[in-house]
Amino acid sequence: MKIDWAALGSVFGVSLVITVAVVGVFTLGIVGLSRHERAVADGGSAAPAVAGAYACFAACAAVVAYGIYLIVA
Amino acid sequence: MESFSLILAIVVVTALAFDFTNGFHDTANAMATTISTGALKPKVAVAMSAVLNLVGAFLSVEVANTISKGLVDESGIRPEVIFAALVGAILWNLLTWLVGLPSSSSHALMGGLIGATIASAGAGAVHGDVLVTKVLIPAIAAPIVAGIAAMLATRLSYKLGAKRAEGKAAEKGYRAGQIASAGLVSLAHGTNDAQKTMGIITLALVAGGAVAPDSDPPVWVILSAGLAIALGTYLGGWRIIRTMGKGLTDLQPQQGFAAQTSAATVILASSHLGFSLSTTHSVSGSVMGAGLGRKGGVVRWSTATRMFVAWGLTLPAAALVGAVAEWVTGFGDWGTALVAVFLIASSAAIWVASRRGDVVDHTNVNDVDDSPAIEIAAPAGEVPLTATIPSPAEVTAKPSATAL
Repeated sequence: MKIDWAALGSVFGVSLVITVAVVGVFTLGIVGLSRHERAVADGGSAAPAVAGAYACFAACAAVVAYGIYLIVA
Repeated sequence: MESFSLILAIVVVTALAFDFTNGFHDTANAMATTISTGALKPKVAVAMSAVLNLVGAFLSVEVANTISKGLVDESGIRPEVIFAALVGAILWNLLTWLVGLPSSSSHALMGGLIGATIASAGAGAVHGDVLVTKVLIPAIAAPIVAGIAAMLATRLSYKLGAKRAEGKAAEKGYRAGQIASAGLVSLAHGTNDAQKTMGIITLALVAGGAVAPDSDPPVWVILSAGLAIALGTYLGGWRIIRTMGKGLTDLQPQQGFAAQTSAATVILASSHLGFSLSTTHSVSGSVMGAGLGRKGGVVRWSTATRMFVAWGLTLPAAALVGAVAEWVTGFGDWGTALVAVFLIASSAAIWVASRRGDVVDHTNVNDVDDSPAIEIAAPAGEVPLTATIPSPAEVTAKPSATAL
């Protein structure tokens, strides 16, 4: 019997890194949007925060797109 | 398709019935967290999941083509063996649904196949080492991998977002994130699980001589398998959704997002890197991990323990039913008829049992199941959830076992 520990290990590593990265980046995006929301409520605006937020969401969308690619391929 | 015998027709119908139970059993995997955090309304969530399952069924036939190769010796397999295997898998799926426990439909199917094969061709026809590498190790690894990933991601999310990710924008953002990751899980489920049924039907067609060996699943097989799983998904296994979304732990949107992202990542990474992990086990693990990741978050270990027990029993129980069913079909046509009648009768009995007492559907799926058990007159939303934690396992486990 041969257990493919290397494959299991890489599943563990890859899953951990991608999950934490996606959730982290996504949370940063939400932090950016929240900052903008507060700034607007105070009568100002926070354009850099919005731009950063969209960059974060774009990165997450790219990961999701890659996920769909993996499912289809 | 000229030689389409009665037994083949029975196998095809039974396989589609299994596909259907697979759908409603596994709705929870994709949508439990989305429903429990309120990101989507229950009916909308199951409809979306159903559509994505259907789409997923058409995306490829790779899984269908590899199904059953490896685990049992597929040469000389008779349609009756497949029928018996499906009976075991369906009954186990229905039984775990009745008690509201998430368990792996794939394991049920594999268990049924193993039991039926042993009864038909002896223990030698089952590859024991494949059993360990493809079933046992993944069953243990999946919740651990997904759980740790979800726990760390939840911690990070709370740390980064503390006092800074609040308000309407954050709410909307987490909603969108959860919907996207739940959609991904649904799509992956469609490609995986609908294809398992296609593989089974194709295997039966080959075994019965209706299609040539090594052929791709016929179009009608793909279509009917996709529809069966989508229909099952749409009906929603509300009992299991409740256990997964509310029973294991209490999820906030951040946690739901972290859990579903972790589950989607683990499922995709594992199937891509060649170490397939069970969807159900991954999602359950990630939900518990997300529960532990929040400060003050708790996992209801009594519910979790019942779930682990169900996981352990899935394969042997389905195998046992599959073996007995195969043994009875060995008596000839009346034996096969007897098994079919038994399957229909017990399915009906389980359904009747599910309508008695606490009926769970989309209207009350988010009501915490142990609130009637501890008899608190306060409105459901105000039930002090932590009060159920320190109480002994029997107190929470027993009433909810019947209430679920």
